[in-house]
Amino acid sequence: MAVTEIVPAPAPKIERVETSWSRLRYYAAAHPLGMIGAAIMVVFVFAAIFANFISPYDPIATSAATTLKPPGAAHWLGTDAMGRDILSRIIYGARISLAVGLGSTALGCVVGVALGLTSGYLGGWVDLVIQRVVDVLQAMPLLVLALVMAAALGPALNNTILAIAIPLIPYSARVIRSNTLALREQPFVEAARAVGMSEFRIAIRHVLPNTVAPLIVIATAQLGAAILTEASLSFLGLGVPEPHPSWGRMLSESAAEYVRTAPWLVIFPGIAISLAVFGTNLFGDALRDILDPRLRD
Amino acid sequence: MLLTLFGISVLVFVMLRLVPGNIADILFDAAGMIDTADKAKLEHDLGLDKPIVVQYGEWINGLAHGDLGYSYVSEKPAIDEILPRIPITAKLAGLALAFSVIFGVPLGVISAVKQNTVLDYFLRVISLSGLSMPAFWLGLLILMACVAWFGFIPIYTDPPKGFWDALWLFSVPAAAVGFRSSALVMRLTRSAMLEVLRQDYIRTARAKGASDRTVNYRHALRNALLPVVTVIGIEAAFLMGGLIVTETVFNIPGIARFLVEAIRWRDYPIVQNLVMFIAAVAVLINFLIDLLYAVLDPRIRYAG
Repeated sequence: MAVTEIVPAPAPKIERVETSWSRLRYYAAAHPLGMIGAAIMVVFVFAAIFANFISPYDPIATSAATTLKPPGAAHWLGTDAMGRDILSRIIYGARISLAVGLGSTALGCVVGVALGLTSGYLGGWVDLVIQRVVDVLQAMPLLVLALVMAAALGPALNNTILAIAIPLIPYSARVIRSNTLALREQPFVEAARAVGMSEFRIAIRHVLPNTVAPLIVIATAQLGAAILTEASLSFLGLGVPEPHPSWGRMLSESAAEYVRTAPWLVIFPGIAISLAVFGTNLFGDALRDILDPRLRD
Repeated sequence: MLLTLFGISVLVFVMLRLVPGNIADILFDAAGMIDTADKAKLEHDLGLDKPIVVQYGEWINGLAHGDLGYSYVSEKPAIDEILPRIPITAKLAGLALAFSVIFGVPLGVISAVKQNTVLDYFLRVISLSGLSMPAFWLGLLILMACVAWFGFIPIYTDPPKGFWDALWLFSVPAAAVGFRSSALVMRLTRSAMLEVLRQDYIRTARAKGASDRTVNYRHALRNALLPVVTVIGIEAAFLMGGLIVTETVFNIPGIARFLVEAIRWRDYPIVQNLVMFIAAVAVLINFLIDLLYAVLDPRIRYAG
């Protein structure tokens, strides 16, 4: 009896092919709210990228002829005290919000991951020192620290990003550290060590990739917080300076005195902030459910 | 705890000295002329020309003796500027916290018990929008609504007369601040409740015939409240962020608005002492929460 006679049965044709697209559709169906959040974020990203094509007017040019016009056919969302079109300013404001939001989240997370990974992986006195620093940063309310930072660094776009990024560091550092502590005891780390891999490479190649899921969860949560903090800083006059149109500063220019006379100046920029943050929050919730099943309700 | 406070003091002190331009620069800029000799004299009078380490030492030494230095702007002792403002912010924070517990906990329980119903979705969207709205915008909207419907602005002008006047005056801004915290408390209560409702002892309670009401409130809520207490504690410290903008919107002369003004004026003695005070309160609250946690959860006491 020759072995060759054993013919393997043809593999049954798999109906559902697991492509990334079908998985995306599956997640979208399972998390309708997350889908809405993603859609909102796409709209804002689109507005930010194509601001110069879609905004009807120049967001900075002032015009004495069109001051404080209520919403109408020419200016859909009205104009401010300097005759600038609110809709255009909101569209351009998306750039600032996203730039500050993404920039400070990314910066905060990169530093946080570096600190958390070092701290968790090395342990010992390095861990102790880093944890004390993280404690100090975390003991202060986010906005208070961001305010002092913003004042210390001076008004500029980059400085605003930095001022918000630093208070965000402890959160990712904490999460990455605790994940690293658990991962470092895993058999695959021991295996890597057994084949002679250097500690640095183990940390980067084996431990770090396994912390990506919680990192994404915390980064999306921070994106919303960063956008809100930028709005608050700019509202208080310590955020992004002129001539950048920032949603927060649009509200401070228009604050109490226009509450009575020109409500559109108050309503629309606020809606823009809330909607953008709402979108990231919805999306972040869905991501957390998908990536971190332990937290699933 | 002390180490953290020490770290904060160094951080704040060093950061404030990094600021390009001190009060002398601002005052002389405003006057429109710069007389270098006058400016140097002012800097000398304020002690700004000494080495930074010496300035830090003087500050901490004063702090230990209850001497917080003098405000550069008003030239009054910093402690006299800060102390009268604390009760105002404390009242506001207390009301906001009460608001967040009164609304957040029950709504969170309802949302968890009615999981995946229309009501649950509705409450979740409301709470998420609460987390998405900037506190100052909510404050402005409330102002607008008051103007439109009642024809007046509930802005702080005179110190309130009597308890009810104060309650009325503070409750509007407190609601603006508390909305966010109540949203947070609600979300957390909901997820904590859902976590607990999955436990075996809840099934046991149901199996022995306890009513839904008993199971939900006597068995589940009691255990679910533990993490909620922690978050309320953290929120209490972090309410400050919402208070800063809300006090600005409603023109309330508390420490949060004062901090922003002092930062604008580079009034170091005020800023550094205020930030220290805020940080000390935050650290103290965290410490108390840890203690409370041990009281509420016997498992922690026995393990410790």
